[in-house]
Amino acid sequence: MTSTTPELTSTPELTQAPRLPGVAFILKKALISAFVALVLFSLMIGVRTEAGPTGQLIYWTRFGDLAALVVAVFGGSIVVELLRQWWGRPGAVRTLPPPVQRAFDLAGRAIPPLLLIFALLVPVIFYNQRYILDLGILVLTYVMLGWGLNVVVGLAGLLDLGYVAFYAVGAYSYALLSTTFGLSFWTCLPLAGILAAFWGVLLGFPVLRLRGDYLAIVTLAFGEIIRLVIINWQSLTGGPNGISAIPRPSFFGIPLTPGDDGLAARLGIEFSPTHRIVFLFYVILALALLTNWVTIRLRRLPIGRAWEALREDEVACRALGINTTTTKLSAFATGAMFGGFAGAFFATRQGFISPESFTFQESALVLAIVVLGGMGSQLGVALAALTLIGGFELFRGFDQYRMLVFGMAMVLLMIWRPRGLIGHRAPTVFLKHSQAISSELAREGRG
Amino acid sequence: MYYFAQQLINGIVLGSIYGLIAIGYTMVYGIVGMINFAHGDIFMIGGFIAMISFLILVSLGLTAVPVILLIMLLVSMAITALYGWTVERIAYRPLRHSFRLAPMLSAIGMSFVLINYSQIAQGARVKPVPPIITGGYSLLESEGFVVRLSNVQVVVVIATIVLLAIFTWLVSRTRLGRDMRACEQDQTMAALLGVDVDRTISMTFVIGAALAAVAGMMYLLYYGLVDFFMGFVAGIKAFTAAVLGGIGSLPGAMLGGLLIGLIETFWSAYFSVEYKDVAAFSILIVVLIFLPTGLLGRPEVEKV
Repeated sequence: MTSTTPELTSTPELTQAPRLPGVAFILKKALISAFVALVLFSLMIGVRTEAGPTGQLIYWTRFGDLAALVVAVFGGSIVVELLRQWWGRPGAVRTLPPPVQRAFDLAGRAIPPLLLIFALLVPVIFYNQRYILDLGILVLTYVMLGWGLNVVVGLAGLLDLGYVAFYAVGAYSYALLSTTFGLSFWTCLPLAGILAAFWGVLLGFPVLRLRGDYLAIVTLAFGEIIRLVIINWQSLTGGPNGISAIPRPSFFGIPLTPGDDGLAARLGIEFSPTHRIVFLFYVILALALLTNWVTIRLRRLPIGRAWEALREDEVACRALGINTTTTKLSAFATGAMFGGFAGAFFATRQGFISPESFTFQESALVLAIVVLGGMGSQLGVALAALTLIGGFELFRGFDQYRMLVFGMAMVLLMIWRPRGLIGHRAPTVFLKHSQAISSELAREGRG
Repeated sequence: MYYFAQQLINGIVLGSIYGLIAIGYTMVYGIVGMINFAHGDIFMIGGFIAMISFLILVSLGLTAVPVILLIMLLVSMAITALYGWTVERIAYRPLRHSFRLAPMLSAIGMSFVLINYSQIAQGARVKPVPPIITGGYSLLESEGFVVRLSNVQVVVVIATIVLLAIFTWLVSRTRLGRDMRACEQDQTMAALLGVDVDRTISMTFVIGAALAAVAGMMYLLYYGLVDFFMGFVAGIKAFTAAVLGGIGSLPGAMLGGLLIGLIETFWSAYFSVEYKDVAAFSILIVVLIFLPTGLLGRPEVEKV
């Protein structure tokens, strides 16, 4: 867009005062921030409105809160400015000394196996802690969704804001097939994946010519359409009430129930409801690992190479004779299929689904996991899912502030680490020796 | 026939509101080349501020409706414009040289912040406001069906036309408008010729937010309620309007807004109310596939 350097445009204070700006400057800036905050919050925070008992709106003032917020902005502005001086000029290239670099490399190689072993042992270690097991299942569901979306966003570079639509298709496929036709979970799982992949192709066709943010908006609209259809098609989906009494999965035909034909009775051990949780945990772990394995394998196939080429530069990609149509469609279909698997699992775990589980917020959350994980890094996505979902659990007490913090974190992440926390893209093809591209140097193609 | 005429009036009023929001999308896209995802929520903030200032004005004992309306309009435009400025300053300006999807993701984050901020600040429940402008005219009447044009509808359409006139003058006749058009064509060249690019972009956001505030207030007058989530769907529809009219084109945004308003109203009237949002979103997809440059837009030249 423009070639003016960041120092000239984005940080005017640097051009005004080449050395460290003085106390007066910081105070002036903080005062301006505080004044802006005062105007912004004056009516929204200073006055609280609520519909009274008669339906008439009443209001009361909260000047204490307003004052506290303005003071907080004033202080925060000073702190941010001091931090910025301490941290140095933005955009300065920092290089790590070789020993640290090697230590990081070693850690990078050691983390995945350790993480995997830990994941396998979680049900053993926390057998009696139902809460941890449930949380583990939740995290693994998001890891799987993240890995699925990673195919579309991270590998093929197609920004998909409607990923939750495929999750919904998978969940509703399983719920409807099992409640109306009595099919078992293991029959429905591939069907849910295939149906979701089919919808992925269906979405893929119209958006073939779109790029970047247009694509994002269309996928968002698609996700909303699916949700609205689910809400309004009451005769099929039950509308806003959702579908309940979805069958639980069986251990390859053997139900996990306390009855005589249940797994516990057949093995001759005492029945415990935890068995099913542990079983579900291993199912989602296996599904997630399947996603990961398929993705890693696909990356080494021509189609995976084509995805990565598409991400870097679509025009060059076409010039090299890559069929962008099939490349994009296959990315959408693959990503959607994994979303469908995750959806079917979600339905069987919850036993109840409703359109409320498939809002845009979910799409944004999964996208945030992929972005935080560094778009394309499998390990990064797993760690990001752990961080975000774990963070959400920590903030459970502050339910209403959760999404506020989430939104702020997304903005700050884009400002500080636009490439995610683990932000380097290792090319899968290289001449002679592998050379990691640092996040700061990797330039995005188009969209 | 009378039913049709009534729907036509309703559709034009709704379309005016969408058009006002769509201008914000189209201007920002024209200059910065990004979809300001948080713009729909700026519209929502505008509605909230109009609602709060209305409550305060009434409790201060003001009874003259035109005075109340004027103060509401000015207050909500001023404060919402500052919201637009702040959002640009915090979430978009640091990303101006980042990779292409970064501003979009940051905008999504900002949208969450604004939605949850107003939910926390003002509560999750819908805020109903008593009708401020009452009365109207009966235009046509026969067989027991009356085509009505209410005063609110007149106010919405007139306010839209007046603001559009002011705004068109601003863009085509003033220094600021010239700077904006210059930045739209080539930011580097504009900067070399002494245009303050940062300031111009900020002003674009400020103007867009002010128009969104007007739309928010009109929404409040017309529907008599605001809630913290109303910006999401309205934002997507207004974006559809901007795309339909040709993104980057100001008359296009207004035309697109009117079309979307009419389509939505007629769809609700003749087909099904439940699927009116589905219809609007489908139009977005269809337009982008078959008419990516919109009705009045220029084709985008692909450069390598």
